[in-house]
Amino acid sequence: MTLSSTPKRVGVFVCHCGLNIAGTVNVDEVVDRAKKQKGVVFAIDHKYLCSEPGQTLVRDSIKQQHLDAVVVAACSPAMHESTFKNVVQSAGLNRYNCEIANIREQGSWVHEDHERATKKSHIAVRQAIEKVNLNEALQPIMVPVTRRVLVVGGGIAGIRAALDVANAGYEVYLVEKSGTIGGRMAQLSETFPTLDCSTCILGPLMVEAYRHPNIKLFRLSKVEDVKGYIGNFKVTISQEPAYVDVAKCNACGECAKVCPAEVPNEFDMGLTWRKAIYTPFAQAVPPAYVLDSKNCLGLLPQACGECKKACDKFGTSCINLDAWPQNHELEVGAIIAATGYELYDATKLTEYGYGTNPDIMTSLEFERMLSASGPTSGEIRCPSDGRVPKEVVFIQCAGQREPETGLPYCSKICCMYTARHAMMFHHKVPDGQAFIFYMDIRAGGKGYEEFVKRCQEEKGLLYLRGRVAKVYDENGKLIVRGVDTLSGKTVEIKADIVVLAVGMIPSADSHELASKLKASLDMYGFFAEAHPKLRPLESPTAGIYLAGAGHAPKDIPDTVAQASGAASKALDLLSSPTLEREPTVAKVTGELCSGCGICIPLCPYTALSLSPITKVAEVSAALCEGCGTCIASCPSGALTLRNLTDEQILAMVEAIVAS
Amino acid sequence: MTKAGPNRILSRAQRESSTLTTLCAGCYNVLKRTAFHATHTLTPQQAINTFNEEQFTGGVEVLHFLEVLRDRIGFDAVEKAVKAPLNGLQVGAYYGCLLLRPSDEMSLDDPNRPSIMEDLLARLGCTPIDYPARTQCCGSYLSVNSAEPSEALARDIVQSARKSGAKVLAVSCPLCKYNLEIGLNTADSIPIIYFTQLLGLALGVDPQQLQLGEDQLQRIREAQKIEAM
Repeated sequence: MTLSSTPKRVGVFVCHCGLNIAGTVNVDEVVDRAKKQKGVVFAIDHKYLCSEPGQTLVRDSIKQQHLDAVVVAACSPAMHESTFKNVVQSAGLNRYNCEIANIREQGSWVHEDHERATKKSHIAVRQAIEKVNLNEALQPIMVPVTRRVLVVGGGIAGIRAALDVANAGYEVYLVEKSGTIGGRMAQLSETFPTLDCSTCILGPLMVEAYRHPNIKLFRLSKVEDVKGYIGNFKVTISQEPAYVDVAKCNACGECAKVCPAEVPNEFDMGLTWRKAIYTPFAQAVPPAYVLDSKNCLGLLPQACGECKKACDKFGTSCINLDAWPQNHELEVGAIIAATGYELYDATKLTEYGYGTNPDIMTSLEFERMLSASGPTSGEIRCPSDGRVPKEVVFIQCAGQREPETGLPYCSKICCMYTARHAMMFHHKVPDGQAFIFYMDIRAGGKGYEEFVKRCQEEKGLLYLRGRVAKVYDENGKLIVRGVDTLSGKTVEIKADIVVLAVGMIPSADSHELASKLKASLDMYGFFAEAHPKLRPLESPTAGIYLAGAGHAPKDIPDTVAQASGAASKALDLLSSPTLEREPTVAKVTGELCSGCGICIPLCPYTALSLSPITKVAEVSAALCEGCGTCIASCPSGALTLRNLTDEQILAMVEAIVAS
Repeated sequence: MTKAGPNRILSRAQRESSTLTTLCAGCYNVLKRTAFHATHTLTPQQAINTFNEEQFTGGVEVLHFLEVLRDRIGFDAVEKAVKAPLNGLQVGAYYGCLLLRPSDEMSLDDPNRPSIMEDLLARLGCTPIDYPARTQCCGSYLSVNSAEPSEALARDIVQSARKSGAKVLAVSCPLCKYNLEIGLNTADSIPIIYFTQLLGLALGVDPQQLQLGEDQLQRIREAQKIEAM
């Protein structure tokens, strides 16, 4: 601890924040009392300190009053700490000679009693003065940046993010778990609100990503391990073999013809079957067959090998059944998590009978049926007997917005795609009738409300506001029993098909990936953002960016926008060869450390190690996030946090208690 | 304070035994939920305890007799004891609502797709019939002061079962039995039988002892015969 022998000349600046602070806190009193504090040589208030005149006031005062340190009593440091540190720096001081006293979020906004809020604000100022007095002048830690990006997930979010980074001239590793990129969007028939054909707008992007010289695609791959920190991640990827040489395969399909193993086709949501050697869909990228080793009759030892025989005889001899999984070690500076979504398990919604009758389907199954490449080539048929359905009931919010039995949240896209589904149904079965049970229509988006209105008015869709209590089979007809809350009557509809708009949940692997990235998840398992409003593209873990429905349920426009945003955040990081890190990290006093090593496994960021030479703990400043876990654990007090030392904390506590 | 009654029953029951078995879905619902609320401190116990002379400390588990058969005795043991299997008897199991809901507190079976009664009936040799209305409400005490809605509900339930091919309805609650029987004219009705009566028949107990009426017994036997042909 280096303490200047002469006490610092501290200036205190108190912000009104319009009436946000001044409406509750007596700012004049806070200023007057601050002036009386030891070391304070100057105190003043301003209506909006963050404004240009406000910042100028701080800058000029530092110079005129020869201030050594500054306390800003204003909003949360999450809001404007960096703003005022920049001001302090521009006035020639070290930026760590600035402390924020939060008198808005923790003061005026949460209190009604003016007198007590004023007193609390004074205390906040006092403890900030004590802290800034003992602050060291620190320099940011500079770390080199590996100028490459890893994108996890090859859906529309991952593709868009990868393309943006690649187009800016940086290398991208795109990791996808399945045999092709494209994700959920590839499964869609049309997209709302413009009814673009989904594959037609996605296909070119898939090809562009695949052919881009700056993008290296790892399909059939998953992230096994992540080490390092922002700017310097070391990632291990494991890749399953495709068993088919992409360069040679001409997708003739001879292999699939002879393959004896049939499994439900996940691309068609299990409505059709595929072979163990297959191409996921017509536009799959790369355009080659892939062998699914889990469903193959046997590779080790080889049990069948018919595909290889057929390929050697009629095809291009591109099958190699002796391929092995591979591991790849990648070095990247930033990681974009674009892991996407899955559907909530509809069989849990027992009242709707999903699973008991094939004519009760999920929206994604219905989507496949609408698709020209789907199981019925775009014709709508009852899965049970193939008849053309006349009455179709759509149940929105199926298992959603139900805190007790399902998902408490709204998946955001269901109102829109249900309107589209119903519209397409009327298109294809003009004498049919669609019934839609809804709670309310959430059509917030460009052109969305107009689209829903158009569907309702042009197509005569019957919207019933209410929930469905039960769907059951009575003599071959599905009976949907629900309530129409507008007329206050219970309704019973005989339906040929019931479509459940089940909610979006994070994809199953996102939990595992998050733990490897040390990125936090929210209560539902979606990736958490650093700030819900101001930093929606970043994980709280530095260097991890978020895109798509793995972060929260969202539609394609929002997903694409977020993907481009995440890419530009990553590019921001990559734009400089070095990276500044906050120097407020843990520090070891070597003389005090006994080398017990208690702190090492506790560090969530693997920033601590035992020096092989001195046998005491060492902090990797670039890895440390300054969380303080190690400091609390150290039995000999050898660990301290820069600019939040025990001495500072005690001084702050004393200031609080004394007030 | 409204739970003082069931709390008193529970506190006295815990003196005698660690389990309290009920035969009525309504009693089961009230007692089990009261015990649940008391042990999960969802109701202010102090108020109840000052009213009651004895304190319920969570020392008794509330069971329905169906649960006893399934979890304590076991359906395997029940099946072994069957002497006169009711082969071919198409029975609709009627659950009603109170036996199953609210499911997080009752936790007896899936509230939408329960199977405990069907599982038991199958072991007795019956052919359980699935029908949509089996978890619908029978009207409960509504039948006491306003018969009409309760009768409509009962008609719905019985017709739903008949349409699906049930020749007999098995119930697990005396009030359900009353409601389903009272609301129907004889032409529409099918025998509404408490499930232990069918259990007794299968175990070879004298029908008279089971309080089965001549008419009911005859219809059960007829139904079995129709199926056998």
